[in-house]
Amino acid sequence: MQEVNWTALIIFIALFGFITWLGFAAAHWRKGDLDLLHEWGLGGRRFGTLVTWFLVGGDLYTAYTFIAVPALAFGAGAIAFFAVPYTIMIYPILFLAFPRLWNVCHKHNYITPADFVRGRFGNRWLALAVTITGIVATMPYIALQLVGLQVVIGAMGVGGTGYAADLPLVIAFVILAAFTYSSGLRAPASIAIVKDILIYITAFAAVIVVPIQLGGFGHIFAAVPPAKLLLAVPGANTTGAYGIYATLALGSALALFLYPHSVTGILAASSGHAIRRNAALLPGYSFMLGLLALVGFFAIAAGVGTAPEFAAGFKQFGNNFAVPALFLHSFPAWFVGIAFAAVGIGALVPAAIMSIAAANLYTRNIHREFINKNPTDKEEAQMAKWVSLIVKLGALIFIIFVPTQYAIYLQLLGGILIIQTLPSVLLGVYTRWFNDWALLVGWAVGTAAGIWMFDAANWTPNYPLVIAGHTFPGYSALYTVILNLVIVIVLTPVFNAMGGRHADATVAADYHG
Amino acid sequence: MNGRTHERSAWSWWYLLLIIQFVVVLWPPFYNSVEPVWAGIPFFYWYQMLWVIIAAVLTAIVYFATER
Repeated sequence: MQEVNWTALIIFIALFGFITWLGFAAAHWRKGDLDLLHEWGLGGRRFGTLVTWFLVGGDLYTAYTFIAVPALAFGAGAIAFFAVPYTIMIYPILFLAFPRLWNVCHKHNYITPADFVRGRFGNRWLALAVTITGIVATMPYIALQLVGLQVVIGAMGVGGTGYAADLPLVIAFVILAAFTYSSGLRAPASIAIVKDILIYITAFAAVIVVPIQLGGFGHIFAAVPPAKLLLAVPGANTTGAYGIYATLALGSALALFLYPHSVTGILAASSGHAIRRNAALLPGYSFMLGLLALVGFFAIAAGVGTAPEFAAGFKQFGNNFAVPALFLHSFPAWFVGIAFAAVGIGALVPAAIMSIAAANLYTRNIHREFINKNPTDKEEAQMAKWVSLIVKLGALIFIIFVPTQYAIYLQLLGGILIIQTLPSVLLGVYTRWFNDWALLVGWAVGTAAGIWMFDAANWTPNYPLVIAGHTFPGYSALYTVILNLVIVIVLTPVFNAMGGRHADATVAADYHG
Repeated sequence: MNGRTHERSAWSWWYLLLIIQFVVVLWPPFYNSVEPVWAGIPFFYWYQMLWVIIAAVLTAIVYFATER
């Protein structure tokens, strides 16, 4: 690997030092009693429109996204741009459904999506299914944040042999674990402001400077092989790449706000109004994500894939090295330091929120539900703090000892799993028509079918569904959640007739501000 | 019953505006082309980027029309 890039590394470390201080200082920001779970785990539900914008933006548009989406464009071309329609479609869902969820959660002091399902449908087993799905889908996502961190640390020439190579990663994670433990959600919220500003600076610099260096967008797109420039036109009797593109976008959009960390970020807002405003303001991040997807093409045009100085990086990190390589190629070392710090800090923000979300889930919906039914407020908050440490440790061990590719596989599978909670969480916000046992059966069948499709498609998220001689290759998450929903609708009258239905702890007025 | 009328009053026809952004991006054959190129950028790319902005504006319109 190349020499250590000292200028970049010093700036990277300086920025990291700053956010470490910020993470600990955040405990005193909008001060609350951190011995209460909703103070530690939701920042006291006190974040206004602007802080929510930074927090949710930092939460959803993760470091891994900023590395992986351009990497996909670099390697596979146009299909990577599905991230743009995906992020276009998430905001109407946020705008319509989530102020309702916020209101009911605020009213009943629900902290997790499973808390809501428990109250709405009164079924602890359904809530347990939502909880386990949330934790299982989140864990590999935390691990993947480390991949972004690994790539930029490696790109600065910091390496070693054996486990020493992982030392920088371990240090970053110890810092993360410590400030999350002490400050809770306030830490990633304050760091997100720094991170997002750095990411915006980086993205706009890249989109302005690199095209000038490369002779304009015309030259860049001319360098992209024709097969990568557009989606392949489908052949006869198949929806081909069109179907994959549209179902990936729609399925991902439906799944996104079901992730526990998304819900955590949204519930931390100070009102439903702040959420609605953010549905119109958060697309700023989508625009930046689209620009960054184009950076994958810049990397093709700049020829970094064949440059000898980057060969070792591509060998180690694959296409995920495309963006760091382009930055090393196009920018002075001091700016590389800023850009890499943006990605590195960008990994810590979602990782912190995800670990908090998973900790809240365990504490509320497993420990309190099944183990210690009457914890004091302090015990509950303390439990969540410990679990957040365990979750992060698990992710760290995973990424050090298991090949990265498995984390990627599991994260892809995670999308298919989390979408199975859509009927109980997202539709549950609107209707109590569904029978809770029917929801549980639908969840189980959807989950099993999703895992089967994922496996049948050789551990890829797109399954070639065949109906009457026509092939519909598409995102298994979308196919299986439709199956899930059909089962719920069919079984609801059946289970209702059998009389097994629990009470609803919420009333219609709870859903309005 | 009171809650129910409340719920009904929460619906607004303005919300239908939000369907537009689903329709325009969910049909790839419509925008899967290089021409017309704008500033060197193929249609496929600038069309979808443009819809990020339009969708945000539509959401803002719905927000101001329905905020009570």
